[in-house]
Amino acid sequence: MRFMLLFSRQGKLRLQKWYTATAERDKKKMVRELMQIVLARKPKMCSFLEWRDLKIVYKRYASLYFCCAIEEQDNELITLEVIHRFVELLDKYFGSVCELDIIFNFEKAYFILDEFLMGGEIQDTSKKSVLKAIEQADLLQEVSWASELT
Amino acid sequence: MALKIVKGSIDRMFDKNLQDLVRGIRNHKEDEAKYISTCIDEIKQELKQDNIAVKANAVCKLTYLQMLGYDVSWAAFNIVEVMSSSKFTYKRIGYLAASQCFHENTDVIMLTTNQIRKDLSSPNQYDTGVALTGLSCFVTPDLARDLANDIMTLMSHTKPYIRKKAVLIMYKVFLKYPESLRPAFPRLKEKLEDPDPGVQSAAVNVICELARRNPKNYLSLAPLFFKLMTSSTNNWVLIKIIKLFGALTPLEPRLGKKLIEPLTNLIHSTSAMSLLYECVNTVIAVLISLSSGMPNHSASIQLCVQKLRILIEDSDQNLKYLGLLAMSKILKTHPKSVQSHKDLILQCLDDKDESIRLRALDLLYGMVSKKNLMEIVKKLMIHVDKAEGTTYRDELLTKIIDICSQSNYQYITNFEWYISILVELTRLEGTRHGHLIASQMLDVAIRVKAIRVFAVAQMATLLDNAHLLTGNMQRNGICEVLYAAAWICGEFSEHLENPVQTLEAMLRPKVATLPGHIQAVYVQNAAKLFATILKNQEGNTDSTAAQETSQMMIDRLPLFVQSANLEVQERASCILQLVKYIQKLQQKDVEVAEEVSALFAGELNPVAPKAQKKVPVPEGLDLDAWINEPPSESESEDEQPKAIFTKEEPKHSRPRHTEVDEKELARRREARKQEQANNPFYIKASPSSQKVYQEAPGVEHIPVVQIDLSVPLKVPGLPMSDQYVKLEEERRQKERAEKKKKEKKKRKEKRSGRGKKHDSGPESEEDITPAHVVDIVTEEMPENALPSDDDDKDPNDPHKALDIDLDNLLETTARRPLADSEKLPVRSHRAAGAPKSPAEDGEAENATPQEPKKKSSKEKRDKKKDKERDRKRSKEEKKKKKHKREEKEEDLLGGQAEEAAVQSEETKEVEAQPSSTSAEVSDLDFWLSNAPVPSNTQEAATVAAAEADPAPEAPAGTAADSEPEEPKDTETEESKSSKHKKKKQKKEKEEKEKKKKKKHHHHHHHSDGGGEESVQNGTVEEEEPLPPMSNYCLLAENSYIKMVSDGDCDARLWKFVLLSIC
Repeated sequence: MRFMLLFSRQGKLRLQKWYTATAERDKKKMVRELMQIVLARKPKMCSFLEWRDLKIVYKRYASLYFCCAIEEQDNELITLEVIHRFVELLDKYFGSVCELDIIFNFEKAYFILDEFLMGGEIQDTSKKSVLKAIEQADLLQEVSWASELT
Repeated sequence: MALKIVKGSIDRMFDKNLQDLVRGIRNHKEDEAKYISTCIDEIKQELKQDNIAVKANAVCKLTYLQMLGYDVSWAAFNIVEVMSSSKFTYKRIGYLAASQCFHENTDVIMLTTNQIRKDLSSPNQYDTGVALTGLSCFVTPDLARDLANDIMTLMSHTKPYIRKKAVLIMYKVFLKYPESLRPAFPRLKEKLEDPDPGVQSAAVNVICELARRNPKNYLSLAPLFFKLMTSSTNNWVLIKIIKLFGALTPLEPRLGKKLIEPLTNLIHSTSAMSLLYECVNTVIAVLISLSSGMPNHSASIQLCVQKLRILIEDSDQNLKYLGLLAMSKILKTHPKSVQSHKDLILQCLDDKDESIRLRALDLLYGMVSKKNLMEIVKKLMIHVDKAEGTTYRDELLTKIIDICSQSNYQYITNFEWYISILVELTRLEGTRHGHLIASQMLDVAIRVKAIRVFAVAQMATLLDNAHLLTGNMQRNGICEVLYAAAWICGEFSEHLENPVQTLEAMLRPKVATLPGHIQAVYVQNAAKLFATILKNQEGNTDSTAAQETSQMMIDRLPLFVQSANLEVQERASCILQLVKYIQKLQQKDVEVAEEVSALFAGELNPVAPKAQKKVPVPEGLDLDAWINEPPSESESEDEQPKAIFTKEEPKHSRPRHTEVDEKELARRREARKQEQANNPFYIKASPSSQKVYQEAPGVEHIPVVQIDLSVPLKVPGLPMSDQYVKLEEERRQKERAEKKKKEKKKRKEKRSGRGKKHDSGPESEEDITPAHVVDIVTEEMPENALPSDDDDKDPNDPHKALDIDLDNLLETTARRPLADSEKLPVRSHRAAGAPKSPAEDGEAENATPQEPKKKSSKEKRDKKKDKERDRKRSKEEKKKKKHKREEKEEDLLGGQAEEAAVQSEETKEVEAQPSSTSAEVSDLDFWLSNAPVPSNTQEAATVAAAEADPAPEAPAGTAADSEPEEPKDTETEESKSSKHKKKKQKKEKEEKEKKKKKKHHHHHHHSDGGGEESVQNGTVEEEEPLPPMSNYCLLAENSYIKMVSDGDCDARLWKFVLLSIC
């Protein structure tokens, strides 16, 4: 996977993760271009499109679009599953996740994504172990908070 | 309660936390930028404080702003500060910020190396994890080089959480620092069998990604992956493995054979669409790679097509899309199986989703045949009519033309129909593809001689109705077709029914509103028409008609003489003067027609698009040499008389003879070429072209079938292509009947002697003869054109650097002196040993980093082999073997030249085999030549064998320092010639030899090997507990190196030493 974007129906970027080094300017350009293309697509259309030399897989959950760029030989359906799995993870973590959760806790969303994917590859196919890792890291965070306060 | 209070106070302590920032931004929608700039000022203040908590909060806010598109690169150093906090909370934020904001050119990354190293070795696994995650995003070549060792160590961490992250990040490290691949690979391979499924799948992921880029180096892993595939139930992993096999099969067709069965089983059994889709795709890839050799896989193809049909019929748009996509892959090799689903594909053209329609169009392109072309195009024409949106309609238009014109109009049986289609397409409003239609018209009219009469009639109609096409002149691309129409009418004017009328149509005042280049063609072709008219009327005694025509020209041409377009103006004034002169002669009753038409005599032949490029440079011509003295420095390029060919400066029509530099010359040449290419009047002067044309088989001799006159030629108004579908049916029936007759006749004629060839044209596989023999004039190429040498490889592909032959680890290591960068791989080996000098040991160890862990499996294999060998060995074979060995040893001792000779002889003898060299191949051979589904024991043995291989094989290369290819080749020779069971004995022998060679090498090279161990390596050793390797005995040990030897092969090694002394 080259990168993953989350953006709202209004075209506001909510999350971006780049798995290949890309210059800031190119990133912005690509994000803008992709948002335009994806947002212009009608709801009945399929979730895949070819864009430059990449394949774009996107899916809309409520008001949020999850959008992944994969390479020519990658499997589109498994990418959809990756997206879905990520949404499930967010959902489990936040408890019926909504866009606001991701906006206000964007760093948490990143932490979850980082536990799930690394360098664009799936890190763990088990939901449970991803959540466990997050929980424990969070616990550690709390502990260090507490230790600082005392 | 107390905690809450304290937390509250902390909140107050910060100016704003992230939530406040987000809320603030949302509340300041109107002046967001202003609000954020004040926030950034606050953040800058916060970053100046010493409190790390405040800093972390500021960095967190910056990360958010970065996502919104604000530049935060100025805070990079603060991010590093937060990263190095000892508190996990802040560290986490710091690494997140770094992973989002850092890139290769961020300077402060240099400062992070030690911090990251510290975090990697932190006792807290989440510190390590967060560092690895961050690193995966911003790893640079420097970081990769400096940290490769640390990460490799982590691959054997006790916690699977760390192991899997370390394995995954290795891929990024490899990309940035390819030298690390070779030393890290053995351990990576180990991880394929990690007890933790997460680690295992991570290893599969990484190896699959590597292998997809450079499949040939991973062929030897096939048995291992095969085992994983048949045992794993994890769909994510399965998909990766199957994808990997998809990349491997083109290199090893036998692997494909083996795969078909398990894959089809999976296709039958799985309920996961993603897995099904992957399997189908790989089966397709396999079948493509097998396409020639395996005729019996129609069942598999059928299965795939069936499954894809189910996907396409699914209501899920995604599956439909993918189904079509995969179908198009099958289409390339098995068009017949796809063609039977034409109905389904045509249905998809009605889909609401444009991307699905486009996919279906792609498929149709490959599905047409002579039989169904008209039908499909008819359907497409209907879609063109009702299509919404110009982009899709344009896409349809180009597809129709693509479909019809593919492979030199292979599927068109009736060109009248095609011309009608093209003419119908001109009625499309607002299309951008006028030039495409125009070029098709020109192409067909020029190359299909038989159609010219019809084409000219149609084009004349078009010209007559030009006003219909050119409603909105400027934006309407369709007026391009008038260019073609005018040219065709002019060039082939002898076929015109009523040339005077057409001439009149071409000289209407409205023409002046057309784009300049079209007007120019109009003027020129009006002249051609004029010539034809004169010729036609010459026989008449009454010359008034001819004079009237001249008068019309003289009346109308001044309009063009005034044109602002230089080209039009020039041509018009030239022709006007000519006509005036002709008129004078006419008035004196001089016969001029002959001379006038001589102006336009001669045939025009299409020139291949690459013809110019293919002209070989004549001997002795140096294209880089200066023709004139190079221009002086002061004369800048801009001052060059660029305007020579531009139209803005009509006054400046004569080029001054200025000194022009090479670029300018090239530019001019290019421009000229371009112009010639675009200019239908340009005839290539080369005498050879004419010759080629005449020699082209069948150009003059192809019997031209009379046009089917059942089609009325004088179509009033624009033609309808639909009628052809019906007519074509009738024609075919007629033809079939005729053909039967002719065949009978033919037989008779044959009996009576040499029968004349019939005009029936070549028989197609569908028994459909074209209505017109396509005089598809082959495009001209210059004599002795060079064969095309298209090298599409991208030199900048980052994966190219990872093309490392991993099977021959040792060989390559030894052949090149170790670079500093390659020191990191050193491993510790244990066991006790035989006497060897430490230096020597160093070299040996260096050269055999991955041998130890393979030991056990190798043993297993050896045992297995022994058994088999005992069973099968025959005396004859022994003899043969001995003989061969002797031969080989001689070779080794002999000089390079001798070896090369032997080599070439050998290679001649043997069939060419896939690029996989090395003894591994023979193992792989063995595995592959097994029954498709091996029994458990057998499989285990073969897997073990393949795994164990690199070690014994690789040293072979070491002997051949100076002639690196030699041992490989002889081995391949062996592996090639060895078939079935014989192989095993040979392999054993090979192994012996290799070991000997290895030994030989060690003696040869120990002087430069040992000194290269670095201090760093020592530290690695201490950190790394490795699995025990029982069969190795320790030879020597110091603080940097442990030296071991393999007791098993000692005897042979020594034997070799003896031999070499002898």
